[in-house]
Amino acid sequence: MTEKTLEDVYAALADGIDAAGQDKEAMFLSKVVLLLANEISDPERVLELITDAQKNMDGMRRG
Amino acid sequence: MRPAGRGELDSLYFDYPHFDAPEARDHLSAPADVAICGAGPVGMAAALTLAQQGIRSVLLERKSTFNDGSRAICVSRSSFHTLQTLGAEKRFVEKSLPWVSGRSFFRGKQILEFFMADSNHDKYRPMYNLEQQYIEAFLYEAVAASDLIDMRWQSDVTAITDNADGVTLSVTDPNGSYGISARWLLAADGARSAIRTMRSHRLKGQNYEGRYVIADIRLKRDCKVERFALFDPDCRPGGTVLVHQQPDNVWRIDYQLRDGETEEDALKEASIRESIAGMLGEIGFDEPWELEWWSIYSANTLLLDEYRDGRIFFIGDSAHIVPIFGVRGLNNGISDAQNIGWKLALVLQGEANEKLLDSYTPERRGATLDVFANASKSARFMTPHSRGWSVLRDAALSLALDHPFAGEFANPRNMTPYTYGDSPVTRADSDAFASGPEPGAAALNVRLDNHFLLDLFGHGFTVLHFGPLAHPEQVAGALPGVTFVEQPADGTAAQRYDANSGTAYLIRPDGHVAARWKQAESATIAATLRQMLDGKVSGND
Repeated sequence: MTEKTLEDVYAALADGIDAAGQDKEAMFLSKVVLLLANEISDPERVLELITDAQKNMDGMRRG
Repeated sequence: MRPAGRGELDSLYFDYPHFDAPEARDHLSAPADVAICGAGPVGMAAALTLAQQGIRSVLLERKSTFNDGSRAICVSRSSFHTLQTLGAEKRFVEKSLPWVSGRSFFRGKQILEFFMADSNHDKYRPMYNLEQQYIEAFLYEAVAASDLIDMRWQSDVTAITDNADGVTLSVTDPNGSYGISARWLLAADGARSAIRTMRSHRLKGQNYEGRYVIADIRLKRDCKVERFALFDPDCRPGGTVLVHQQPDNVWRIDYQLRDGETEEDALKEASIRESIAGMLGEIGFDEPWELEWWSIYSANTLLLDEYRDGRIFFIGDSAHIVPIFGVRGLNNGISDAQNIGWKLALVLQGEANEKLLDSYTPERRGATLDVFANASKSARFMTPHSRGWSVLRDAALSLALDHPFAGEFANPRNMTPYTYGDSPVTRADSDAFASGPEPGAAALNVRLDNHFLLDLFGHGFTVLHFGPLAHPEQVAGALPGVTFVEQPADGTAAQRYDANSGTAYLIRPDGHVAARWKQAESATIAATLRQMLDGKVSGND
């Protein structure tokens, strides 16, 4: 099989949100972030990235 | 559709010819080796492939002229190689617009510029834009010039029956009706294939949500040819818009219908004009423009389980419908035509066993499934089908404003030729190659002194060998008409093919690698070639 890419992460997150359902999706995503943060063991960097993620909070408008 | 007051064929830039049904009637029922139903790009490519191999065909087309609109506009590098093989590339090169890159915007800000693979070794660019009428007109020039193709316009196939040695078709044209028997039939009659319906076959698969309007305008503007994608532009909040430049100052604009927007409303001339005006303002095109033509499509992935039904082969859209994002509908269909064309020719010439034809479905259906996999990825970004996929797209687009990596999720990644790795007529490697085109893959091009490597390949099989090859007559004994191309064992081609003295590649008429050996002997090449013609290459030897 081909090696995993960011595309696969994208797909797993999208499917994970669908599987969690709308009322649990925030918890699911928070768990992912905490697991990743624990994995990279660099809380300062994680805090910077959290600040980055807070920028440009508008997605596509609902058409 | 066209603006009020203009007929279906009343184009701003293309003069539609009118073709009559056959006048002379006495030869019409003469049995044919091959009949082809549908003279779109795929049917004509099939007829030309057969003609090049010396096989006659009867080409039946229901209409009296070319396609009513620009429709399929992206012709890939691999299709240009096919056109070159058919001797028909010149007009395409002169007229079409080559492009290698594209840009995507989110709310007016650029989030991605992508470049398709293109190197000094490539003779053709990755993609060319050309309106489908021109594609058909240029192919028809080659069809009309061939003594081996009996082209019949306004000829509708109304019934098919199997007979002992093929099929019998009932054909009706404005001058009358007749029957014609054919040993083989190629159904190139498009997405709404009448042949497919008559044989009770159904396309299976998915229909993605998301319907698109495609519209052409004429607008004169000199700029680099590239693809634009606009996400969430002010003119279509929440939607996506694609823009392609075509020859004759024609621009293709695709935009997604909103949820709840009906096709009927979206297709009204006033709404088309309003949407286009808003879009042009947003990308800063302030030149005057005229509306040419528009239509609608949805992003489907549909195909037949089996592309063969007895003496009938389905080629092009009659066998598969692919989403537009991968620009593979036309290009995939041309590959179908070339694939079945050379195989059928060898069978009709008595050089190959009919079993060779059984490789058509796995090879070309495999290619379609590969297109689906790629196109589905694009479709899931362009038209997310669930909340999860919408959330991720929002996340990717908003991140992409500051983080270039996230823009890559919007990369359309269109077009790489499919590798027939699992085909019954591909021989798996028994030798270790570190690089070079693997068995089943399209042969790599190489820039040589004054030409390109692929220019040297023949219309039949080609043996590409590095350094001398002893006893080539043994290969010629297995199949007449094999072309031998020798390259130095220390040259550029040898590097790209991971070759040393004695290495050889066996290349099929469609330019795909059938087999390769680090140290080849003519007797081995001949034996593999015979197995291919018998329809089954044995495992590693």
